[in-house]
Amino acid sequence: MATPTLEKNGTAEAGFADTPYITATFRIRRFNPEVSDEAQWQDFQISIDPKERVLDALHKIKWELDGTLTFRRSCAHGICGSDAMRINGKNRLACKTLIKDINPEKPILIEAIKGLTVLKDLVVDMDPFFQAYRDVMPFLITKGNEPTRERLQSPEDRERFDDTTKCILCAACTSSCPVFWNDGQYFGPAAIVNAHRFIFDSRDEGGEQRLEILNDRDGVWRCRTTFNCTDACPRGIEVTKAIQEVKRALITRRF
Amino acid sequence: MSAETSSSSAISDVEGVSLYDVDHPAPVIEPPRKRTGKTPKGSRTNFEMYAWLFMRLSGIVLVVLVIGHLLIQLVLDGGVSKIGFAFVAGRWASPFWQVWDLAMLWLAMLHGANGLRTVINDYAERDNTRFWLKMLLYTATVFTVLLGTLVIFTFDPNIR
Repeated sequence: MATPTLEKNGTAEAGFADTPYITATFRIRRFNPEVSDEAQWQDFQISIDPKERVLDALHKIKWELDGTLTFRRSCAHGICGSDAMRINGKNRLACKTLIKDINPEKPILIEAIKGLTVLKDLVVDMDPFFQAYRDVMPFLITKGNEPTRERLQSPEDRERFDDTTKCILCAACTSSCPVFWNDGQYFGPAAIVNAHRFIFDSRDEGGEQRLEILNDRDGVWRCRTTFNCTDACPRGIEVTKAIQEVKRALITRRF
Repeated sequence: MSAETSSSSAISDVEGVSLYDVDHPAPVIEPPRKRTGKTPKGSRTNFEMYAWLFMRLSGIVLVVLVIGHLLIQLVLDGGVSKIGFAFVAGRWASPFWQVWDLAMLWLAMLHGANGLRTVINDYAERDNTRFWLKMLLYTATVFTVLLGTLVIFTFDPNIR
């Protein structure tokens, strides 16, 4: 909006032959309970710059072709974790996936993340996911009086759980986990990652309670180390490693 | 990929015959056993941890036991053709092979049973199905372990 003339110049200079735009097909899994009880694949052909992201393509489809296409996104820059979806069979953030990186020559498959109830198109019911998150008590637990200044921590102690602080709760890991697909009672990688963040925090004193929760039937022992979660994490968290560290803490606590 | 694809709006095509509208939406497909606020809290036992540890430790021991067993039975000294009543009787005359076979029987059965228990926990959706599948599994395991143990300890080489 601020520079309309510049944009115009840009398109004018780009000749017909060397235009960056390509025609890509987006095959989107549509579901609308108000119309049909069955989900269907729908193709959208749009011309788009392959250096743009999948989210830009979804915007283009929603704003220019079909306003009924429903998906979640908030910040659109990989921080809020709203737009996790299954793109070409892999869980990714639509706002961090460039079209050129996922072979736009073939139709690009976009569907909702698995293991959670699809409410409409790409929107799923996240309640079970956040219930598991709540159940591991993802907040600082301390005893005694509150200190008058901040709780100090050495850089080494901070480093211990640095990896798991990066979680944005997008559910890409949990909804890529085959154990979670089959049994929603399993806490899932995301909840364990967020428990890990506090279990290994030197300032926190609730680690014992959280370990007890994750020692449960539906806790870390159900992890089958398939590494789907580590592959799916858009933040590059070593999720499986974090789960294994919780397992090790549980065993060394006992022996 | 078996679902229909079309470049036009596939969903609006079925609108004319649709049973569902804004006031009567179609049922959504819920995932199996989803977690809610009412999900029962854990039992606070260490059973799952011990089961997990047992799988690792018994696995290591079983590698030695089973590969040794296979080598002796099938490869070394004439291979499978030497196995007969006399061969088994000769081996079970020694307490070493009795202990070997007993350990293999118990570890392999419990290892396999725990593995199947995990599979049932993963894939059986309804609590009833889980319960009965596990009962079947435990019955079969106990039966096989007890029968095998009985045979190893009461084996009589003079039987005719």
